Amino acid sequence: MPEFEPVLLANIGKTDSHRRSVYESGGGYQALRTMLKDKSAEDVTNLVKESGLRGRGGAGFPTGVKWTFLPKDHPGPIYMCINADESEPGTFNNRILMEDDPHQVIEGAIISCYATRATTAYLYLRYEYPLAYQRLQQAIDECYEAGYLGKNILGSEFSLDMYLHRGAAAYICGEETGLIESLEGKRAWPRIKPPFPAVEGVFHKPTVVNNIETLACVTHIAARGADWFKSIGVPPDPSNPRDPGSFGPKLYCLSGHINKPGCYEAPLGLTCRELIDDFGGGVWKGRKGKAAIPGGISMGLLTEAEFDTPLDFAGPGKVGCLGLGTAAVVVLDDTVSIVDFLHNSCRFFAHESCGQCTPCREGTSWSLRMLERIKAGRGRLKDLDLLLEIGDTIGIMPGTTICGLADGAAWPIKNAVRKFRDEFEDYIKRTNPDGWMVTEPVEALEATGIH
Amino acid sequence: MAKVWINDQEIELGDDERLNGIQVARRAGVDVPHYCWHPGLSVVASCRMCLVETGSKNAETGEVSMMPKLVPACQTPAKDGTVFVTDSDKVKHARAFVEEALLIDHPIDCPICDKAGECYLQDYHFEHGQKERRADIKPFTSRRRPMGETVTLFVDRCVMCTRCVRFTREITGTNELMTVQRGAHEEIDVFPGFPLENKLSGNVVDLCPVGALGDQDFLYSQRVWFMKTHNSVCTGCSTGCSIRVDENQDEVYRVRPRENPHINKWWMCDDGRYGWRYIHDDARLIGPEIQNKQDANADSGANGDGPLPGPMEWSTVIAKADEDVRAAGRLAVVLSPYLTVEEAFLLCTYAREVDSQVLIALGPVPQLGEDETFPSGFTIHAEKAPNRRGVEEVAASFGKALSFEELLPKVAAKEVSAVWVTAGYPQANWIDESAASQLAKADVLVVQDIFDSPLWQAATHRLPSATFAEKEGSYVNFANRLQSVPWAIRPPAGARSEGGVLWRLLGRTGLYQAKQVLAEVTREIPYFRAAADGVSEFGIDLTIGMLAEA
Repeated sequence: MPEFEPVLLANIGKTDSHRRSVYESGGGYQALRTMLKDKSAEDVTNLVKESGLRGRGGAGFPTGVKWTFLPKDHPGPIYMCINADESEPGTFNNRILMEDDPHQVIEGAIISCYATRATTAYLYLRYEYPLAYQRLQQAIDECYEAGYLGKNILGSEFSLDMYLHRGAAAYICGEETGLIESLEGKRAWPRIKPPFPAVEGVFHKPTVVNNIETLACVTHIAARGADWFKSIGVPPDPSNPRDPGSFGPKLYCLSGHINKPGCYEAPLGLTCRELIDDFGGGVWKGRKGKAAIPGGISMGLLTEAEFDTPLDFAGPGKVGCLGLGTAAVVVLDDTVSIVDFLHNSCRFFAHESCGQCTPCREGTSWSLRMLERIKAGRGRLKDLDLLLEIGDTIGIMPGTTICGLADGAAWPIKNAVRKFRDEFEDYIKRTNPDGWMVTEPVEALEATGIH
Repeated sequence: MAKVWINDQEIELGDDERLNGIQVARRAGVDVPHYCWHPGLSVVASCRMCLVETGSKNAETGEVSMMPKLVPACQTPAKDGTVFVTDSDKVKHARAFVEEALLIDHPIDCPICDKAGECYLQDYHFEHGQKERRADIKPFTSRRRPMGETVTLFVDRCVMCTRCVRFTREITGTNELMTVQRGAHEEIDVFPGFPLENKLSGNVVDLCPVGALGDQDFLYSQRVWFMKTHNSVCTGCSTGCSIRVDENQDEVYRVRPRENPHINKWWMCDDGRYGWRYIHDDARLIGPEIQNKQDANADSGANGDGPLPGPMEWSTVIAKADEDVRAAGRLAVVLSPYLTVEEAFLLCTYAREVDSQVLIALGPVPQLGEDETFPSGFTIHAEKAPNRRGVEEVAASFGKALSFEELLPKVAAKEVSAVWVTAGYPQANWIDESAASQLAKADVLVVQDIFDSPLWQAATHRLPSATFAEKEGSYVNFANRLQSVPWAIRPPAGARSEGGVLWRLLGRTGLYQAKQVLAEVTREIPYFRAAADGVSEFGIDLTIGMLAEA
């Protein structure tokens, strides 16, 4: 493994690493000073654009490009929404940053607001992070005291207010327009696009939505420059003109059946096997790995044979997964039943589907009930085809839903059934020896008696 | 001029037309199924029934490039060169999947559902659904709970299109309805203690594409396929909403709004929707009667001689009324704001023929409260009569019209000896004792009305008349828009529309023909000229004619 110096996690482990004094003693807020003093907003945007930074929230959209979608010469206000509704199962990289190094995030947020001319930033934090809530609030207060937030920051023309907003614990609030709706006090039903948030977002004003880790990266790009950032990671695939490359350090969350679960910083492009063996100390209890989730449950499944897939923005897609997602790897050892895994996954998405679009609302619930029946020993082989049909039909990629939640629900189904079909078939035949082969249609419903 | 392609058809759009995929497809005669989209509400694109393929055609090369994924037609604007494909296998599969998904939890209790027969879920299932059920899931039983005084929710029939929720947010601004729970457990509900309680609440039943929202007034009273639908106009206030009257064998069961972009859009108020029951009231007046003056005066005591015995023939009563009015000398007529334009014209024509100096007065116009305007612009008017404007203009063309209050002393002072009063007010107490006693001073008092009143008791000639549902004719609303509608049901035996009686009085033969009378009106009275070339189902703006005159 090449030499790599962690930057995002550099402060983690220091005493009182969440306090401003500790952060400043390590050179914190120097990047902000330099940016405000020497660079224009366009300069900062261009710097981030040059660095090739891609959003760390899951979709991997180039951050600098996203900022340029804001309308030019808008009279304002422009809003920044910081997405800290980290709800993807297996993911806790934002949590570490917010709990143990919040100033790193806030510095990046202030720089990003300066670049985008946002004058108000809302930090949307998921409800389940009480410690992060306390520490972020403390950090914001410290920033107001030090003049990093408020009017005329560090003597410049730039003013910024930051508000910490606590969500009410729903997965859908992590979808950027769901987050915006929730922030406005409404039900977090993702909006139809266009208009995109950059044109009309929170309170009908142009809005940038960025992830916590993305903003932390902005801090380091501002401090160390675009070239430093580009020196880390994977350059674009020359055979794919639409691949902007995967640059920079990344926080990988490693959990599941692993000896040393945790959040590890590594350059993008690390393979899943390297992460498991070199960082995680291998699969626990001396067992073999069976599969791994590459980046949060919604990204699908890697089989053991696919563990050498590089975990960059392009890698997991090449083996049929949805993408890198949040780079949260969950390892399943060889004792795990994939039927159980899929049942758990379906239960999660049926529970979290916001219920707006029919295919997702009904598709997630239908697949869960099918898995429940299979687990109850009443599965049939034809159920697998129906599961795949649901998986292939729901989602923003086939165009049948408004947001990507359904794609996230579909990918585990598609990957699990396609990559582990034998196991599903064996399970159904074993648990339903008399009925697995039934192909007749479902019987007509009895009329319901009521009124 | 924008060109849009629907499958292989080319459609041209006007320069200022902003249409979505559903609307342009409809213009090409192609129905794109949809649940959540409604032209009067915001676009949410959530039911996903209207998924189509779209792309654009390069005007120069003629090359069509399609988007790889499906898009909701409701959310996709038609621009120059836009191509919509609504019948590909991909589209059909997506529709079948949505339809199948919606039916997973649906109780399929069509035999006992009010919506059956006019239900989108039914129609689309037969047209686009799967042939067999694949979901091995027993639906919930059909739970129900009232949303308010007017509407009941059948929870499991709901397809979560949220039209009703958007209606209370965008049209009434009252926000009672909301979505609770998440995912497949989602339901429509109201907040405890805040029921669905606004004056447009009944509209959510029409909006509901399935049988989830039931109208408590109409519930279980009639299968929709037994009813015939007739265009009509609501006579509840001067807004004059376009409506549909649903009847079976001369019995009205339901009144619904009829889309009219110029008046009520898609809506009507609950006062109008539920305010028609009086037409089937047992107290409706039936059977014409003649009472001579002495009898009438005696009758006001305890045990008078009473009216002439036995049922009378309409032809006898009409002939007698004509004879007595002509014999009496000076005549006054009262035009009710519930008359149609044609009836008012016939009455004035007749009266002028009898007495060239006839006094024409306008009947009382009921006022109730203040005009009530909703955020969407829908207004319920305080003027609770349908045709004040029309009757006024007819009267004005026959000379200066008096108000009702001005007429009363003239009758009391015996300036006239015969009075012909038209009424037809749904409010039984439209006239009080003192006004009635003043009119009773006339030697001949002809009254056409639908309910008993002090005036009816004082009348010498009593002609039971018809309600709006029972007569054809035209009404002019507050904004000078004239609408012509047919009758929906026949009047009860023994009652006859004002128009029919006056038609006969004027010696015309055959059936009363409102259209023919309206043609006369447009020739004679400039105000009505715009209606000369026919009246569309949306009515016609008479101010156009007035501008032309000016």
